[in-house]
Amino acid sequence: MDKRPFGVSRLLSRCRGWIQAGAALLTNLHLPNFLRGGLYQGPGKRLCVPGLNCYSCPASAGACPIGAFQAVVGSSKFHFSYYITGLLILLGVLLGRFICGFLCPFGWFQELLYKIPLAKRSTKALYPLTWLKYLVLLGMVVLLPMLAVNQAGLGDPFFCKYLCPQGVLEGAIPLALVNPGIRATLGDLFLWKCGILLAVILCSIAFFRPFCKWLCPLGAFYALFNQISLVRMQVDQTKCISCGKCAKACKMDVDVTRTPDHTECIRCGMCVRACPTGAVRFCCGAPSGKARSGAGQTAQPTPQTDPTKQGEKP
Amino acid sequence: MFLSKRTAAQLILFAAGIAMTVFGVWRGEADTVLYKAINLCLECVGIG
Repeated sequence: MDKRPFGVSRLLSRCRGWIQAGAALLTNLHLPNFLRGGLYQGPGKRLCVPGLNCYSCPASAGACPIGAFQAVVGSSKFHFSYYITGLLILLGVLLGRFICGFLCPFGWFQELLYKIPLAKRSTKALYPLTWLKYLVLLGMVVLLPMLAVNQAGLGDPFFCKYLCPQGVLEGAIPLALVNPGIRATLGDLFLWKCGILLAVILCSIAFFRPFCKWLCPLGAFYALFNQISLVRMQVDQTKCISCGKCAKACKMDVDVTRTPDHTECIRCGMCVRACPTGAVRFCCGAPSGKARSGAGQTAQPTPQTDPTKQGEKP
Repeated sequence: MFLSKRTAAQLILFAAGIAMTVFGVWRGEADTVLYKAINLCLECVGIG
C-alpha cells in the first residue's frame, strides 16, 4: 500500500497539539483586547468559529456557533436559525468531529489539564453519560430559548447562561481583571458558573475531555455527521493484525477497527500513532477497496479488540 | 451501495447547508449574530 497517506496521518496526529494551539490562536486573534478590556467589534463576528469559543472573549475573532444559534432563536424576530444550522451542517459534512479533536479551543484546554500528572480514571463505565450532550443540545440550546420566552418574545440563551464554562473562562475572568465596572456587577450567576468551570477543570485532570464527552452540544451536533463526514478514520484490513492497541490508546472509548465512524470519535489520531502496522489513518473522501470505514460494515470482534475483554486504561 | 448512499447523503446535506445559510443571511440572521457578538453577552459572562 502507499505510504504517503499513512505518513501524513501520523504527522497530523503527532502535530495535533500545535494545530490545536494554532486554531485557538486564530479563533482568538485579537489578543491586545485582553489588556484593553473590550471586545473585537469587526464584521468577522458575523461568521461563526468552528469550535466552542465564547464571543464575549475579548480576543475572539468570530461568533460562538452555540451562542449565535441561541441569540437568533431567542430573538423576537426569529424562531429558528437557518444561518447557523446551515453553517454547522456544512462544517459537519466536511469535518465532523475532527473539529473537536483539532480545532476546538475548549477541547484543547481540557487536554492540557489532562496532561497534569495526577491519577487518571477511565470513563468506560460512564459511557451512558455521553447521551447527556444530546439532551443539552435539544433542551438548553434549541427548545428552551425557543419556547421559554418573555412578554417581548425574547428567550434566554439557557446553555450559555447556566452551563457553558467558556463564558467565565474566556469572558468574565479576563474582563473583570481589567474592567472594574464589570467586576462590580458579577453576582450569584457568576459564582454558579465559576463552580461549573471549577468542576470541569477538576474533572479534566482526572478524565479525558469530560465536557466534550458528556455535555458539549456542539460536539453532539458534529457527532451526528461523523458517519458521513468527508474527513474520517480508515482501517486497512490487509494491514490490521487485530492487536487491539488502537482501542486501548483511544481515550474516547472507541474501537476504531469496529466502528471507525463512531459518534464519540473526535479524530484525534491516537489510534494512528498506536497502530504498529500503519493500518489506521485519516482519510478524506471515499474509502479505498479493502479499508473499513463506516458503521454499516461490522467487524468480527477478536479477543484483542473486544472491549469487554480489555483492561482499564491507565 | 453503501458508498453511494453516503455520497448522496453528503451531497444532499451539503446542498441543504448552503441553502439554509443563504436563506438565513437573506432574512437578516447574520446581523442578529453580529449584534449579539460585538456586545458583551451578559448571560455568557455570568452577569445575568
